[in-house]
Amino acid sequence: MTNSPQQVGRTRDEMAIRLAQDIPDGSYVNLGIGIPELIAKYVPEGREFIYHTENGLLGMGPSPESGLGDPELINAGKRQVTAIPGAAYFHHADSFAMIRGGHLDLCVLGALQVSSGGDLANWSTGAPDAIPAVGGAMDLVAGVKSIYVITQHCTKNGEPKLVQACTFPLTGCGIVNRIYTNLAVIEVTAEGFQLIELSPGIDFEYVAERTGAPLLPLKDNTK
Amino acid sequence: MINKQLANAEEAVADVFDGATIMISGFGEAGSPIELIHALIDHGATNLTVINNNTGSGEVGLAALIKAKRVSKMICSYPRTANSTVFPKLYRSGETELELVPQGTLAERIRAGGSGIPAFYTPTSVGTPLGEGKEHRTINGREFVLEYGLTADFSLIKGRLADTHGNVLYNKTARNFGPLMAMAGNVSVIQAEHIVTPGEIDPEVIITPGIFVNRVVEIQKPAVESELIAAGVSYP
Repeated sequence: MTNSPQQVGRTRDEMAIRLAQDIPDGSYVNLGIGIPELIAKYVPEGREFIYHTENGLLGMGPSPESGLGDPELINAGKRQVTAIPGAAYFHHADSFAMIRGGHLDLCVLGALQVSSGGDLANWSTGAPDAIPAVGGAMDLVAGVKSIYVITQHCTKNGEPKLVQACTFPLTGCGIVNRIYTNLAVIEVTAEGFQLIELSPGIDFEYVAERTGAPLLPLKDNTK
Repeated sequence: MINKQLANAEEAVADVFDGATIMISGFGEAGSPIELIHALIDHGATNLTVINNNTGSGEVGLAALIKAKRVSKMICSYPRTANSTVFPKLYRSGETELELVPQGTLAERIRAGGSGIPAFYTPTSVGTPLGEGKEHRTINGREFVLEYGLTADFSLIKGRLADTHGNVLYNKTARNFGPLMAMAGNVSVIQAEHIVTPGEIDPEVIITPGIFVNRVVEIQKPAVESELIAAGVSYP
């Protein structure tokens, strides 16, 4: 039991592969910074997703080849990207109309904490000397149809990120639908955290012990 | 005859006054009107309130304006970026005030301000620290926060192509806040790589119609912020 909880279960890439399987063909998707970005590498065969980046591009493609980038063609993380055939550029009010107006199907975000009621904290630790910075996170969680969180189940210190109530400043209330971690796939329901699937080799007790709120076991009608 | 073209950036910002509110286009370096900002630094106006998504990088452009202590207040969504060292220092010492606004709310406040809409309700920030103390209202069973429109005395904006009537096209994701700030500025200034005569731009593709623009300046080869930073440039 010397492994840290972050080294158990799925790797970051395996988490991204698992989440990508649950995105329907033709979805318009916004991917946050970090593990969410990996999802674009693992689109299941036969499916097409259109990526939205809130700074003003629908149809975002991969990073450009070295030396072929344009400093004015970037993603929300300010990294150079490309535009796929059929892409569109637009200004910020249109971009956030897509977000707030419920036109995007899915947003995948990282998390500091998620509560059993679906509250998300992912923009600030609330440290007094920190420079507060929010970007588009609050708009995304307020407006996109489905919000999936992809995150390590615990912090580096082994503390649960899935909690009864968030202690960090909130990004939004009751907005998270599903959580994909290295240990499990969990749905946020009216009854709280509902286990949907365990990562290979992980048992229920192991996940429940590392979850900061009650975890409902797999239902009989789920595999 | 309408001709909004001025000779240079210096002329375009000559009447900026102390205490003015200035909108500056750009998301990071994409769409940042560096030459207009540098002209504003040279001009010397101070005690400015600046509205931009970020707070600049390195010691050029917006970061240089902040470093020169011309900015008493920043209104932005993300003042924490790689290479952003100038603002954090002045924020921590209390010399520069910060109004943090969610990015979509910032965009909509600017659009509203430029559209004659004094305020609007948005679901963004409900239940979070950024919604605290703001007027709330339940509409159709959902809670919303009241946010106020933003206008500016001057808007400084980077375009790609403009004509002398002030019609503007942008480059890729450098469009970001430009069209909104053009609407919300009492005096909106565009720097563009090329300025052409009216009729040369297809009316079907114009992004910012000239009525929103007061001044255009041709800056043929605008500086690239990341290149200036890589070269160690510190303005002035």
